[in-house]
Amino acid sequence: MARFKRLLAGIAALAFTGGGALAQTTVKWLHIEANPVVVKIWEEVAREFEAKTPGVKVEMQYLENEAYKAKAPTLLQSRDRPHIIYSWAGGVLKSQVEAGVLEDVTAAMQGYKDNLSGSAVDAFTLDGKIYGVPYGVSQVGFMANKDLLAKAGVDAGKIVRYDDFLDAVKKLKAAGITPLAVGGADKWPVHFYWTHLAVRLGGKAAMQAALKGQDGGFEGETFQKSGELFKQLVDLQPFQNGFLGFKSQQAIGHFGDGKAAMLLAISSFYHTQKVFAVDKTGVPDDKLAWISFPSVPGGKGLPSDTLGGINGWLVTKGAPKEAVAFLKHFVSAEPQKRLAAGNFIVPVYKGAEAGLGSAFMRNIAQNIANSTYHQNFYDQDLGPSVGRVVNDATTEIAAGTMTPKQAAKAIQDAFRQGN
Amino acid sequence: MAALAGRRVADVGKLSTILLFLPPALLLFTLFVVLPVGEAAWYSGFNWNGFGAPTNWIGLDNYRFVFDNRAFGTAFKNNLLIIAVSLLIQLPLALSLAIILADRFRGAVALRMVFFLPYILAEIATGLIFSFVYDGDYGLLAALYKSFGAEAPHLLASPQTAFAAILVVVVWKYFGFHMMLFIAALQTIDRSMLEAARIDGASRWQSLRYVVIPALAPTIRLSVFFAIVGSLQLFDLVMPLTRGGPSDSSHTMVSFLYTFGITRMRVGFGSAVGVILFLICVVFAFTYKRWIMRDE
Repeated sequence: MARFKRLLAGIAALAFTGGGALAQTTVKWLHIEANPVVVKIWEEVAREFEAKTPGVKVEMQYLENEAYKAKAPTLLQSRDRPHIIYSWAGGVLKSQVEAGVLEDVTAAMQGYKDNLSGSAVDAFTLDGKIYGVPYGVSQVGFMANKDLLAKAGVDAGKIVRYDDFLDAVKKLKAAGITPLAVGGADKWPVHFYWTHLAVRLGGKAAMQAALKGQDGGFEGETFQKSGELFKQLVDLQPFQNGFLGFKSQQAIGHFGDGKAAMLLAISSFYHTQKVFAVDKTGVPDDKLAWISFPSVPGGKGLPSDTLGGINGWLVTKGAPKEAVAFLKHFVSAEPQKRLAAGNFIVPVYKGAEAGLGSAFMRNIAQNIANSTYHQNFYDQDLGPSVGRVVNDATTEIAAGTMTPKQAAKAIQDAFRQGN
Repeated sequence: MAALAGRRVADVGKLSTILLFLPPALLLFTLFVVLPVGEAAWYSGFNWNGFGAPTNWIGLDNYRFVFDNRAFGTAFKNNLLIIAVSLLIQLPLALSLAIILADRFRGAVALRMVFFLPYILAEIATGLIFSFVYDGDYGLLAALYKSFGAEAPHLLASPQTAFAAILVVVVWKYFGFHMMLFIAALQTIDRSMLEAARIDGASRWQSLRYVVIPALAPTIRLSVFFAIVGSLQLFDLVMPLTRGGPSDSSHTMVSFLYTFGITRMRVGFGSAVGVILFLICVVFAFTYKRWIMRDE
C-alpha cells in the first residue's frame, strides 16, 4: 500500500512538472531591423518582459527586409508562423486581414490605445477593428548638407516653393556640386519625389479620389502633373553619376560622405547616413539641415501635410495572448523613451517624444504632430502589386525611359489589374 | 520449351525490376515536377496574392498581362541574347582553349584549374564580386579608366550597357565548365586516328576539322544543350548585379518571374510566367533530343 502511495505521489510529481513545462510559453517575434544597436535595445526590453512575466520566453528571429516581403505570404500560412511580425500598415496589412491570418487585438488594446498617437492606431485599424500595435512614425523630406549648400550660395531656410528648390539645384550644379543623391536601383527612393509632389498637388482629396477610381484615378491630372514637375527636376540632371545603379544604402552613404548636397530621405536616415558613411560619422548635426518638401504652385495640399511611414507590429492568428502583452510592454513609455533618446524612432507613445535626443529628430516629431494629413508611403499603402509599379514607373521617369503620362497610365493599369 | 520458360523468367525479372525501381522515381517525379507544374497551371488562372485559397478566376488574363508587359518582352529577348552569346562566343572560346590545353605541357593542368575556377564560385558571390568590379566610383574598371585619365562609366546603371555587362560575367563564369567537357572528350579520341591523319599528310587545321571536331560532335551537342537550358534558367547572376534594372533592361524570364510575380504577391501572374517558361523548356528539350541528339 505504501508502495502504491509512493507511486501515486511520483505520478503527481511528474504531472506537476509536466504542467510546469507546459506553462512555459514562447512568443516568436520576427523582425527586420538591421541596426545592431537597436536590436540590442529590443533584446533588453524582451528580457525585462520575461523577468516581469515568469513562464514566458520571447524569441527573436531576423529576416532581411526584401526577403521578408517575399516570404511573408508563405510564412503566415504555415503552421510554424511567428507570433509577431513587422508591418508598414497599408495595402499589405489589408490583404493579410482579408486572408484571415491576423489576430484581432481590439479588445486587448482598450484603454492602452489611448496612450498612443491616434493616427498611428488608425493606420492599423480596419473596419473598426485593430490588428496591430504601432511602433514608430517617420517623415519624408530633404536632408541637406549646410556646408555644400553654402558653397553654392544656397540657404536651406529659403527653399519653400518648388521653384526655389529647382533654383537651388541649378546653383549647386553650377558650383560643381552634385545636388542630389538617390538610390535608383532600389526604386522606392525615387518614388518619394513623385508621390510627395502628388501630396502637395492634390492633398488628401486627390489620393482618396484616385483610390475610388474617380478623376481618372492615378492617370488623373494631379498624378500627371506630379510626373511633369518631377520631369522638370530630372531634366536638370540633379542626381549623382550612375544613380540608377545605386542601392539606397549606397546613396545614403554618398550623402553621408559629403558627396551630394541633398538627399530626399526618410527621417530615420538621420542615423543611417552616419552608419553608411565611410568615416562612420557622416554629416554632423550642426551641418545637417532638414527641408520640408517644398510647396507647388496651385497645389491643393497644405504645407503641413506630411508623407512618411507608419510602422508597427501585428499579431498572427493563433498566437498566445502573451504576444499582445509583450507588444504592450514593448511599446510603452520607458522603452519608447529609450529608443527616442538614441534618436532611432519618432515614438508613437504619447510623451515619449520628449525624450528625443537631438534637435533634428525633435523637429521631425513636431512636424508629424502638427501634420494635417499624414500619407503613408505609396508603395506600402497601395500594396505590393500596385506600389511596386509606382516605384517602377517613377524610376522610369528619372531614367528618361517613360514620359510622365506613360508613367501615370502604367500605375493606373496596375491599379485596375490589381483590384 | 526451355527457351520459352527462360524468356518467361527473364520477363518476370524485368517486371520485378520495374516494380522495384520505377515507383520511387515516379513518386519523386510526380511530387516534385508534375504536381508543382500542375499547381502552377491552376494558379495561373487566378488573380491571387498568395493568401488563403485562390478564388478570383480570371481565365487566361494573366497570360495576356504577361504578353502585354514590356519588361517580359525585354526579358525574353535577353534570354535569346544569352543563348546567342553562349553558342557564338562561349562555346567556341571553350573549344579552342580545350584544344590548346588538352595537350600535356608544363602548366596545362594549372591553367585548366584557373579557367575552371569561376565555375566553382557561387553565383551570388560572383555577382557581388562583379558588382564591385563594375562600380563606377571605386571598382576595378573605374581604376582602369582613371589610370588613362578617363571618367569611368557606370556600366550597371545604364539601360544600354547593363545587360552586356551581365553577358560578360556569364561567359566568364561558364566557359570553364564547357572547356572541361571538351577536354574530357578530347582525351578519349584515339591517338592513332590523329597519327593516321598526319601520315596521310593532313595539316593541323585539316585534322582538327575532319578528325577532332567530328569526334567531339556528341560532346558539342551536349554542351549546346546545357548552354541553352542554363541560359533559359539564368537568375542568380542577375539579382546581385542589377536585379533586372535599370528600367527593367536586364531581366531574364526567371528574374522577371521573381520580381513581378513573387515580390509583388501576384502569384497567379508569376505562375503564368512559370508555365510559359516551362513550355519553352519542354518544347526545346524534346525537339533537341529528338532531332539533334537522337543517336545518343
